[in-house]
Amino acid sequence: MALLKDEVQNEARERFKKLTGQVRLVNFTQKIECHYCEETRRLIEEIASLSPKISSKIYNFTLDKEKAQQYKIDKIPAVVVEAEKDYGIRFFGIPGGYEFNSFISAIYDVSRKATDLSVESKDKISKIDKPVHIQVFVTLTCPYCPAAVEMAHKLALESEYIISDMVESAEFPHLVSKYGVMGVPKVVINEEFGFEGALPETSFVEEVVKASKSTTEAKDEG
Amino acid sequence: MELDFILSKEEEKPTGKTELIYDLVIIGGGPAGMTAAVYAARKRLKTLLITKDLGGQVLWTAEVENYMGYQYIEGRQLVNKFKEQVRHFPIDQEIGEEVEKLSKEGEIFSILTRGGKKFRGKTVIIASGKKSRSLNVSGEKRLIGRGVSYCSICDAPFFEGKEVAVIGGGNSAFEAALDLVKIAPKIYLIDIASSWSADPVLLEQIEKEKKVTSFPRHKVKEIKGDDRVESITIEPLDGGQIKSLSVQGVFIEIGLVPNSEFAASLVKLNQAGEVAVDCSNHTSIPGLFAAGDVSSVPEKQIIIAAGEGAKATLTAHQYLLRSR
Repeated sequence: MALLKDEVQNEARERFKKLTGQVRLVNFTQKIECHYCEETRRLIEEIASLSPKISSKIYNFTLDKEKAQQYKIDKIPAVVVEAEKDYGIRFFGIPGGYEFNSFISAIYDVSRKATDLSVESKDKISKIDKPVHIQVFVTLTCPYCPAAVEMAHKLALESEYIISDMVESAEFPHLVSKYGVMGVPKVVINEEFGFEGALPETSFVEEVVKASKSTTEAKDEG
Repeated sequence: MELDFILSKEEEKPTGKTELIYDLVIIGGGPAGMTAAVYAARKRLKTLLITKDLGGQVLWTAEVENYMGYQYIEGRQLVNKFKEQVRHFPIDQEIGEEVEKLSKEGEIFSILTRGGKKFRGKTVIIASGKKSRSLNVSGEKRLIGRGVSYCSICDAPFFEGKEVAVIGGGNSAFEAALDLVKIAPKIYLIDIASSWSADPVLLEQIEKEKKVTSFPRHKVKEIKGDDRVESITIEPLDGGQIKSLSVQGVFIEIGLVPNSEFAASLVKLNQAGEVAVDCSNHTSIPGLFAAGDVSSVPEKQIIIAAGEGAKATLTAHQYLLRSR
């Protein structure tokens, strides 16, 4: 049985009509000891089947070590949404529930190689010249979360210095306790900065710019 | 948990044009604002819809069983239906924007957004709905995301095995408590009123739960904790002894306040902070109308908000015809 209901498939197909360039979904998975790995892989394949513009590549996290290192994947399930190049857009954990919205939105933006961020925001982002790692913690039942994930991923698309992760809290409890997540969305920037809640575009960009300036040492090079 | 995939209806829409003077600017995209937009498009009004999100409170409503045409529909599915209807019309949209200030310069309304954009309109409908009310006690703001939550469906998973307090006595507080029963060992239900206002069905369910301890007629004094919530202090209204309850989470579900601050200096509000309207959605300012939960219309219901949105546009249309 398909994971996506007919009406969801139809809506996704409708949105994918507007894709312009090819998108590749790179999935890291393994067969055992991974909650939702199986479902994430099936989801990726189902989505790829909905549009000729979308292809999928499945890697085994343990066997394809080199690939995992190349993409800097340290946990699974993981999905990279990329085109000819890797923009630094990642989903850790299944992009289900409300988060399916941010997943489709990432595919859309990557395909068009453009975001709808304002000219002012793009200008600010273009001045970032140090690596920035944004992690957005979510739960799949959080209606406010996709906005934060989409914002972070748009920033990653606009800047080669920014890497952005969606992190599904239930699947990575060690990160939840490491960063003391007790409410979502929670945004962690370069390990030491962060904020709770979905901020509007201007404030979100400001927080990232601020963090990029205060980071003395690059933690996520490349 | 059943794995579900939610995809909202969306389409690229032209965004707002700052150089234009719109016939109608609608502030808010819940049932009132979306219905107002459909009516405006059918009247061929040059319309701009400015909203933080499309759907408003319905987005966070699990089940709807009293919107005509649907015996049962999930809130977000109903929002999708609304969106589907709106997207057939050429309406400029500023989604993800909030209005900072509404003012009137001569005959023209000026709408300044948080993002710094300025739009103009001959008429405006305020349909900005309501948002969660805060307790306004010490510790509350500081501990948001550190144990204090206004969204139990979002944040409940982080409180597995932890003791929590739910503040409020209405349906949303009871639903939050019932959600938490599945994961938390102890739940304190605290409300300032002497009798619960939740539906009897929910009351019966809560009464059966041994994990839930209730404190009606209690006021929250303070939420304590350094880096995260550690305890909550409550005081009985009849002057009894102040109690300190050890909790790691505080879920605040004490109802809603109208989103009317941006218009407070312009238009007359009632005591509850709602935009005062007459039965044709007129406010105290000519050319300015209000609809739905943000307005003083009695009863806050999806179907009423939608009807009020339609009414507000029709009144605005009349106003535009007369002022031509």
